[in-house]
Amino acid sequence: MRFHLKIWRQERRDTPGKMVGYDVDGITADMSFLDMLDRLNERLVDKGERVVAFDNDCREGICGQCSLYIDGRAHGPGHATTTCQVHMRQFEDGDTIHVEPWRARAFPIISDLVVDRSAFDRVIQSGGYVSVHAGTAPEANSIPIPKDRADRSFDAATCIGCGACVAACKNGSAMLFTAAKVSHLSLLPQGRIEAQERALKMVAQMDREGFGNCSNTGACEAVCPKEISIEHIGRLNWEFLKAALSRGK
Amino acid sequence: MRLDAKIPDGPLPDKWSLHKSRIRLVNPANKRHLKIIVVGSGLAGASAAASFGEAGYRVDCFCFQDSPRRAHSIAAQGGINAAKNYQNDGDNVHRLFQDTIKGGDYRSREANVYRLAELSTSIIDQAVAQGVPFAREYGGLLANRSFGGVQVQRTFYARGQTGQQLLLGSYGALSRQIRSGTVTMHPRSEMLDLVVVDGQARGIVVRNLETGEIERYAAHAVVLATGGYGKIYYLSTLAMGCNATAIWRAHKRGALFANPSFNQIHPTCIPVLGDSQSKLTLMSESLRNDGRIWVPKAQGDGRKPNDIPEEERDYYLERKYPAFGNLTPRDIASRAAKEVCDEGRGAGPTGRATYLDFRDAVARVGRQVISERYGNLFDMYRTITGIDPYVDPMLIYPASHFSMGGLWVDYNLMTTIPGLFALGECNFSDHGANRLGANSLLQACVDGYFVIPYTMTDYLAGERGKKPLPTDHPAFDEAAKGVDEQVRHFTTNAGKRSVDSFHRELGEVLWDSCSISRTAAGLESAISRVRDLRAEFHRDVKVPGGADRLNPEIEKAGRVADYLDLGELMCHDALQREESCGAHFREEYQRDGEAVRNDEEFMYVSAWEYQGPGGAPKLHKETLEFEYSTPAVRSYK
Ligand SMILES: Cc1cc2nc3c(=O)[nH]c(=O)nc-3n(C[C@H](O)[C@H](O)[C@H](O)COP(=O)(O)OP(=O)(O)OC[C@H]3O[C@@H](n4cnc5c(N)ncnc54)[C@H](O)[C@@H]3O)c2cc1C
Ligand code: FES
Repeated sequence: MRFHLKIWRQERRDTPGKMVGYDVDGITADMSFLDMLDRLNERLVDKGERVVAFDNDCREGICGQCSLYIDGRAHGPGHATTTCQVHMRQFEDGDTIHVEPWRARAFPIISDLVVDRSAFDRVIQSGGYVSVHAGTAPEANSIPIPKDRADRSFDAATCIGCGACVAACKNGSAMLFTAAKVSHLSLLPQGRIEAQERALKMVAQMDREGFGNCSNTGACEAVCPKEISIEHIGRLNWEFLKAALSRGK
Repeated sequence: MRLDAKIPDGPLPDKWSLHKSRIRLVNPANKRHLKIIVVGSGLAGASAAASFGEAGYRVDCFCFQDSPRRAHSIAAQGGINAAKNYQNDGDNVHRLFQDTIKGGDYRSREANVYRLAELSTSIIDQAVAQGVPFAREYGGLLANRSFGGVQVQRTFYARGQTGQQLLLGSYGALSRQIRSGTVTMHPRSEMLDLVVVDGQARGIVVRNLETGEIERYAAHAVVLATGGYGKIYYLSTLAMGCNATAIWRAHKRGALFANPSFNQIHPTCIPVLGDSQSKLTLMSESLRNDGRIWVPKAQGDGRKPNDIPEEERDYYLERKYPAFGNLTPRDIASRAAKEVCDEGRGAGPTGRATYLDFRDAVARVGRQVISERYGNLFDMYRTITGIDPYVDPMLIYPASHFSMGGLWVDYNLMTTIPGLFALGECNFSDHGANRLGANSLLQACVDGYFVIPYTMTDYLAGERGKKPLPTDHPAFDEAAKGVDEQVRHFTTNAGKRSVDSFHRELGEVLWDSCSISRTAAGLESAISRVRDLRAEFHRDVKVPGGADRLNPEIEKAGRVADYLDLGELMCHDALQREESCGAHFREEYQRDGEAVRNDEEFMYVSAWEYQGPGGAPKLHKETLEFEYSTPAVRSYK
């Protein structure tokens, strides 16, 4: 198979970027999208050109490091997937494929397809954890948790922090990401205690980072590799509201 | 050099508590003046950095990914062991200890392994308190399952994403310390050298991967928690960035490297499908709880698997190892898969695969239950291969997965360089010649949360009142200059070949000669091939794009340079060990197809000393003594 790629090239944070066209051939259907980009890069090395920088690590859909806008969709074609799990059998021979970085105010471009997602880390740092001491804890089975509750908590906890939700949102909102963490913890008795405080702090940090507001279009849910439901946003709003009320805000 | 493992005296079950009670302490006011560098933010690094931060030390933590949450611990699927005995099936600390010692084929240190088993129970408590959503039973209590090499159910899991959930727990703890100002996080940073002055570790040199700047960091102690080097084979279950660079450069500065050839080849991975694959995805060992492994009885049987009748299938693990069946340890299962494929009975388009079949399990418990247990793994398999495992059996084959070898450490997890510690997969300490499933998440957590916070304090008590080395010290200049020169060498070399092409070739050499099975002749020829390849690499590698910016080719080049060195050491190690043990199977040392260990001559840890570029590495031996377990022929029959 052969493809025509149009890829965003930008040397550094502060230099302008543009779409550049490349042809790749010798691609097989069972290659992954990133194997295909490796192939392109190997050709660029042969020609002595700077390779296309793109984030990736685990290549099995769990680390959240890969992040591409492929043909106008976060993580490309397919449902509930990450870019590294996209395979070339999902494209037609001869296709032109557009490859761009995540675009959002809170995720500045570092180089080519690589963006700075440290805002997510700071949102978690603002309160996305249970404040337990490292090294001591009560006996695990002393806190029974109904299975369905633990399962629902897991459904939220499965977020890989890739940022597709932000990239897909026209407002660049991080509500789904933040809500997933708030939900994961507030569904568990261990995390209940700080639930309201956590919601307040994380929402405030989200605003500080320049993420936009949520207008409930559900674009985030549609591209989430882990199918995190926008129902969690409801739970975040609820915790936030309770907290705001109880503080007389 | 005499290797002193510093194993505390006293009866095995009391060693750790006696040791802790004798350890020197540092008062809180002094902790604020002590700096610790932690390289790595996986389970081992994040938990250590969070624990140090909480104790009041000043911590700098580094990782090469864009966020600490992405360390490769995230990819662990199956579970974590703990001797909680929640299932009341006869488990206890002693049994976990025995299983681990036996699983490692009597090539690990009793005292370390016992401590691992002893501390296993606390880790589950810790994780649950952090909000890790482990699987639960309908009554609300924690659920368990079995893993290879054991006969009890002691593995805790969070669907197929146990590593992710545990790592997010320690990432939370780390984030909390970053927020409180005790830990400074440096993502997109790669450690490229260790600074040693008067024999003591005093700092590191890193490359800022975004800007290309070479940065210097000084501290009272340096902790490496940089994960495994199984990616040396190029094709592996590891992440693309996994490397030996941090530990290798520490090795070059004097840290001994232990058992480098003990590499685990995991039996159940997605096989090689073409020549452009970058990775072999693991299909978790937990699948062997319900999946049955087989190949056709006849050679070259070209029929579709579902057309092959029951009596013409060879469930070879069940046949050869009836007591453990599909749950035999990994080294044995991998070797058995290679054997049946070598006999010409392999499955799939290349003949280098076996079947992992869920037909009987689906018939027994129903599709729904199987989907609850393994749904995400089945989906992943289908995405990658296009085959639906609910209908057709999976095709699987062994792939490089875990390094039991790593930096030599004593009981305190300190390397042979005072002030340099190694935790998690990058040390050699607990798994001997073969790691049991679900024991390495355990080791990474135990090292980081429960061991290093104590042993580090003891070390730092001796550093009180000392200032960190100034970063303009000549030792820093020398290290930074070396790093800069290497980067410049890559980017200005007038070569023709890409870094990946060298890595693939190195991987093939090692896979052929130093993986599932090894021979003296094969290893000798591999050593000379690796040497030639290394010379060619430095002559002919091509790294376009410049040094002072984000340039993934530079990162890869540095890692491959170190893999080329380590690859040779692995072969030396495998060559000197004239026995078969665990993952190290020397074809010359077998009886009726089973490994033959030689306890008389090889009951030691091989610890290698670097002798300069081109120098023959020097072997040191730490003799292993077994007081509480009796080295026996490992039988899973
Ligand atoms: C696919 C897969 C599945 C697994 N499943 C299981 C399982 O079910 N149960 C189990 O017990 N074990 C499992 N394992 C093994 C287990 O996950 C690992 O052994 C363990 O997580 C290692 O943790 P770690 O903290 O030592 O290293 P890692 O989590 O690999 O972390 C390494 C850290 O070091 C950093 N680093 C590395 N090099 C440098 C450098 N030069 N400079 C700066 N930073 C650096 C990285 O950025 C990262 O933060 C699995 C492994 C794989 C690959
Ligand atoms: S590379 Fe890890 S999720 Fe894609």
